[in-house]
Amino acid sequence: MVQTMSKITSVSGPGLPLLGNDIDTDRIIPARFLRCVTFDGLGENVFADDRAQNNGTHPFDQPQYQAAKILVVNSNFGCGSSREHAPQSIMRWGISAIIGESFAEIFLGNCVAIGMPCVTATPDIVSQLQTLVATSPDIQLTLDLATQTIASDGFNAAVTLKEGNRQMFLNGTWDACGQLLHQSEQIKETAARLPYISWGKA
Amino acid sequence: MSKGTLFDKVWDLHTVTTLPSGQTQLFIGLHLIHEVTSPQAFAMLRDRNLQVMFPERTVATVDHIVPTDNQARPFADSLAEDMMVALETNTKTNSIRFFNVGSGHQGIVHVIAPEQGLTQPGMTIACGDSHTSTHGAFGAISFGIGTSQVRDVLASQTLSLEKLNVRRIEVNGTLAPGVYAKDVILHIIRTLGAKGGAGYAYEYAGSTIAAMSMEERMTLCNMSIEGGARCGYVNPDQITYDYLKGREFAPQGDQFDQAITWWQSLRSEADAEYDDVVIFDAQDIPPTVTWGISPDQAIGVDESVPTLTSFNTAEQPLIQEAYSYMDLAPGKPMLGTPVDVCFIGSCTNGRLSDLREAAKVAQGRHVAQGIKAFVVSGSEQVKQQAEAEGLDQIFLEAGFEWREPGCSMCLAMNPDKLQGRQISASSSNRNFKGRQGSASGRTLLMSPAMVALAAINGQVSDVRSLL
Repeated sequence: MVQTMSKITSVSGPGLPLLGNDIDTDRIIPARFLRCVTFDGLGENVFADDRAQNNGTHPFDQPQYQAAKILVVNSNFGCGSSREHAPQSIMRWGISAIIGESFAEIFLGNCVAIGMPCVTATPDIVSQLQTLVATSPDIQLTLDLATQTIASDGFNAAVTLKEGNRQMFLNGTWDACGQLLHQSEQIKETAARLPYISWGKA
Repeated sequence: MSKGTLFDKVWDLHTVTTLPSGQTQLFIGLHLIHEVTSPQAFAMLRDRNLQVMFPERTVATVDHIVPTDNQARPFADSLAEDMMVALETNTKTNSIRFFNVGSGHQGIVHVIAPEQGLTQPGMTIACGDSHTSTHGAFGAISFGIGTSQVRDVLASQTLSLEKLNVRRIEVNGTLAPGVYAKDVILHIIRTLGAKGGAGYAYEYAGSTIAAMSMEERMTLCNMSIEGGARCGYVNPDQITYDYLKGREFAPQGDQFDQAITWWQSLRSEADAEYDDVVIFDAQDIPPTVTWGISPDQAIGVDESVPTLTSFNTAEQPLIQEAYSYMDLAPGKPMLGTPVDVCFIGSCTNGRLSDLREAAKVAQGRHVAQGIKAFVVSGSEQVKQQAEAEGLDQIFLEAGFEWREPGCSMCLAMNPDKLQGRQISASSSNRNFKGRQGSASGRTLLMSPAMVALAAINGQVSDVRSLL
């Protein structure tokens, strides 16, 4: 009944630079692709409108980034709608971790819940990393959650993530469901303490 | 960290335990679901052989994909029909209350829960929708979640969360005529930025907020997320209690009096400690419109599109992208900007008082030639009440279309969409690129009264010109 979760201690692979602040989840996956009852097939529609407008020059279309595992973004990435379809589409395209200056709150929570670490770095480090990946798309990056570093040949920089989220990746409890259910008695006790549970019809 | 605020009290009361990760396991008092973000969550439950732990604490409705013209089943859009069937099946199988189309209680999830009295002070409320912040108007701690978290709430009625900081946003004084709650929140976002609220819950306070109706407070809290704050709230008061009294799911009789005592005890203490405090003067807030592609790209309606140099270098690329996408040059006055489509509705501004304000503007006037203007009630109940007051006739005579309830062109998951480069005046909440159904469509956010006037004049107009 309780899933055995995999620990995520590091992510390695080539990077993909995506420049711009305030990239919202409507852009990541336009609303028309939310007309579905599974997440299958979302990967091919990630950034569908931006890619169509860029005629093959969008980073997600450029041949040199097709093997990318680590997305490098700027600030407030994933703002707007809470749609988990957004991180699902990024992950199903092939990305396993995101490094950025900052992330929108709900997007970040969704990424944790699906096992895709989002870590932050200073604007300067993000900019260096975006340049590095653009000039050497094949370079292998390693994001290490234990040491909170992003490194490759000749590059090593600090990244951060909230300690609670870091522990969830390292301990393999990023899919919280099983762990939450361990406390079923305490959950019922908490409910019993709340006066509104017995009020009204609901 | 904050201390003695409503947020702290409600958080503590709903804390089940501290998880090994250090995060809080938080009990969710009310879980709202809809057709877009729930089908995958139910599928995950089935895959894991899990049951819904508290089916009576989840309430469902359908809002995002419902057509606002022909609602006959099966829906013309087969994908929308699939989602509808999934929700009908999932709610039935799991004994979850479902307000379906035609029930008299269907509508946008953030409109129906308050109007049914489901939303109450002191609750924790979660929904797979970022505008769940709306319910904070009642002094609830409410926030949007993703689908995996919907699964967690269905399975355990709890979530694993990190506690937010609390920023008190005080607005004092009397709003000028023609300035609405929508203008207040757009002004706050304009000032604090689209990511200014990251990591915070916003507590809205001060005499301006204290004087607001519940519907105005809902508009305010609704757009907390556009300011980056996952959660926004107002301390409950007599206005809250008067609104709730007699509503279907509100406590009844003696229980209502007990409830008031409890609700009062949850209000932030006079000496509460906040992580941050920001103070606004109501007199400084003009009727506000967005000009760009992020909700913080907003200005007074009588101002001009800001110049590039008024932004710091880090912001400038996005500002340039906005000039280009919107085809609005710096220095251009917003007044007189031609619009194509005018949309009144959404969880931000689709309630009865919003329609009344828009109808006041529409009454005795007519939509300009070539403009498509339509009004979408937030719920079946709002629509019925509006019709009982004759608002539908006012709109129809003025040349507006009068539609069935739903989310409609706020996010255009149903057939209501912008076409090509069309530009809309919209009472909704997001002006993102492509948000309203066309990859190159453009959105100007404003109050419902200003949308109505834009429809009449065919261009962005100052509602104060009617006063």
